[in-house]
Amino acid sequence: MQWPWQYDFPPFFTLQPHAETRAKQLSAWRSIVLDYYKHTKESTLDVREAQSSPLFFNSTINRKLSQEGILLILENLQKTGNAEPLDKTKNRWLIFWKSPEEWGKLLYNWAQARGMTNSVCTLFELVSGDDTTDEEFYGLDTEIIIRAIRTLEVERKAEMMMYDDNQGVKFF
Amino acid sequence: MDRLEYDDPILHPKEDEIAKLRNVKIYDGDAKSATFENGELIATSHRLVYVQSGSSHGLSLRLHYLVYVEEEKSSGFGFSRSKKLLLHLSEPLPGKPPGPVDRSSCSFIRLSFKDGYDSSFPNNLSAALQKKKWETAPITSTSLPEAPPLVQVKIQTGQQNKIFPYLSFPQLPGRQLRAGIVGIERQIQAKHKATDDSISLAFEDLNKLMSMAKDMVLLSKSISDKIKEKQGEISDDETVQFKSYLLSLGIDDPVTRDNSRSESQYHQNLARQISSALQDQIKEIGGMMTLPEAYCRVNRARGLELLSPEDMLKACQIMASLGLPVTLKVFDSGVKVLHLSTHNDQNIIKTTAEAIEESGSYTAEELAQVLGMSVLLAKERLLITEKAGRACRDDSIEGLRFYPNLLLEKN
Repeated sequence: MQWPWQYDFPPFFTLQPHAETRAKQLSAWRSIVLDYYKHTKESTLDVREAQSSPLFFNSTINRKLSQEGILLILENLQKTGNAEPLDKTKNRWLIFWKSPEEWGKLLYNWAQARGMTNSVCTLFELVSGDDTTDEEFYGLDTEIIIRAIRTLEVERKAEMMMYDDNQGVKFF
Repeated sequence: MDRLEYDDPILHPKEDEIAKLRNVKIYDGDAKSATFENGELIATSHRLVYVQSGSSHGLSLRLHYLVYVEEEKSSGFGFSRSKKLLLHLSEPLPGKPPGPVDRSSCSFIRLSFKDGYDSSFPNNLSAALQKKKWETAPITSTSLPEAPPLVQVKIQTGQQNKIFPYLSFPQLPGRQLRAGIVGIERQIQAKHKATDDSISLAFEDLNKLMSMAKDMVLLSKSISDKIKEKQGEISDDETVQFKSYLLSLGIDDPVTRDNSRSESQYHQNLARQISSALQDQIKEIGGMMTLPEAYCRVNRARGLELLSPEDMLKACQIMASLGLPVTLKVFDSGVKVLHLSTHNDQNIIKTTAEAIEESGSYTAEELAQVLGMSVLLAKERLLITEKAGRACRDDSIEGLRFYPNLLLEKN
C-alpha cells in the first residue's frame, strides 16, 4: 500500500478546526480509505476496531485518528455513495471503493463475455469460483455483489434467485 | 398645694429664720378663694412654715420644692392691693409626708400678704434657696426622703422683670430634664435623629421609584429588541419617541447609558494615563500584555489611589476610540490584552508562520521561550495563525503542536 505524504504528517491525524484545511484533510482521507480498501479487497469496516488498523494508525509517528474523525470520514463517504452503515449504531460499515453500479457493469460484462446470459450461477461461484480468480470482483464481499446485482435488476439485466439454499443470479 | 406637709412649727436648731410675716393667705394655683387664711408665715433656710392662728400645728413647704418665685402684679381692682407671691413648685417627691391636700392640679401656690412684706424678703428668700442649707445641714430624719440633687439655673420673672438669680431645679430621678445644658443637648440630638429619619424615609421612596424604573427600563429594552428582531430595524422615529418618553419620566436613555457612562471624563483621563504609563513596558515585552498583568502594574505604580477592575476595563475599552497608542484586544478565547495599536494581526500571523516553518513545528511553551513572552500570549499567536490557515494543529497525548499548514498548501 502506497501511503501518501499526509500519512506521515502528524497533523493529518488531528481533525482540523480551520474549515478550509479540514475540507482538504477530509478529501485526502477519503482517497486513502478507498485506496486501502481497494488494496486489501476488503469491504467492511467496524469503527470500534478501525483505530488499530494501519489505515487509521500510523505506528511510525505514533498517531491515530480519533473515532470522531473516522465517523466523519465515513459519513462523508456515505454522501458520495462510497459507504453505507450496516446497522443503526453506525458501528459497521460497507465500503464501496467501486460503486454498486460499477460492480454491476463489471459482472454483466463478465457474464456476457463468458456467454453466461440466460443461465444461472451462484454468488459463490462469482466471488470464489475458479472462473473468476482474475476478476476484480473476486473475493468481494457478498453484500456488495448483492447490491451490484440489484442495480442490474433495475436495468432488467439480471435477477437474484434462490436455489438449493444458495443465492444465485440469472443474467439476461 | 399637695407639696405642703404637716409639720412642727418649732424651728430646728440648724434652721435659720429669714422672715416672719403675718396675715398670710395661701391660694391653690389661681383659685379665687384662699385655702388657708389668717396665718403666720415663717420663712427659714429650709422651709416655709405656715401656722394658722389658733392652731398649734403647722404646715410647711420645703424650700427644695420651690422652683421659681414670682411677684404677682397687683390686679386692677383697687381694694385688694395685698402683695402676692407666686411660688412655682416642682413635683412632689414619692414618700412625702402627708399634708392637708392630697392632690393638687396646680404646680404653684399663691401667697397673699395682707400686711405686705419687706422689699428685701424675696431677695432673702432666693438667697436661702441658693444657699441650699437643707443639703448641707438637713433637719429631717433619715426616714424622710432627702431632697433631690439640684441643678442651678438663672431665672427671670416674666411679669415683673425681677431677676431671682440661681434658682435651683431639682433633678428627679427617672425624669427627663426639659431645661439645662443636658436638656438642650438632648433636644439637639432629638432634632438630628428626626432629620435623619425623615431623610432616610424620603430616600426610601426614591429607592422604590428607582427599582420600579429599572423594571420599566428592562421591559422597554426587551420590547425594543423584539421589535428589532421582527422588523429588522426599529425606525428612528419610534426610537426617538421611545427615548423621549423615558426622558419625560426623568430616566436617562437606557440604550446609551452604558456608552455615556464609560465615556465619562474620568475614564477618558484614566485611559490616557494607563496608555502612557504602559506603552514602553508593552513594547519591551513584545507588544502585548495581558490585562491582569497590566492592571497589576498600573496599581503598583499608582501606590495608594488604586483602580478598581471595572474602571480599568472601562478605561481600556475606550482607548481605541480615543486613538491612543495602546489599545485593548479581546481574543476569541476571551483573553483580554493591551497591545500597541501599531501592532497588527497580519504581522503576527506572518512572523509566527515563518517561525513555525523554520523550526518545523512549535508548541506554545517552546514558542513562549523563543519569543520571550508568556505561554498564554504565545498560544494566542499560534491560534490566530491557525485561524488564518497558516498553521495546522497536531493534538495528541504528547501535547498540542503546530505545524506549517501543508494540509492546505501542499497537494
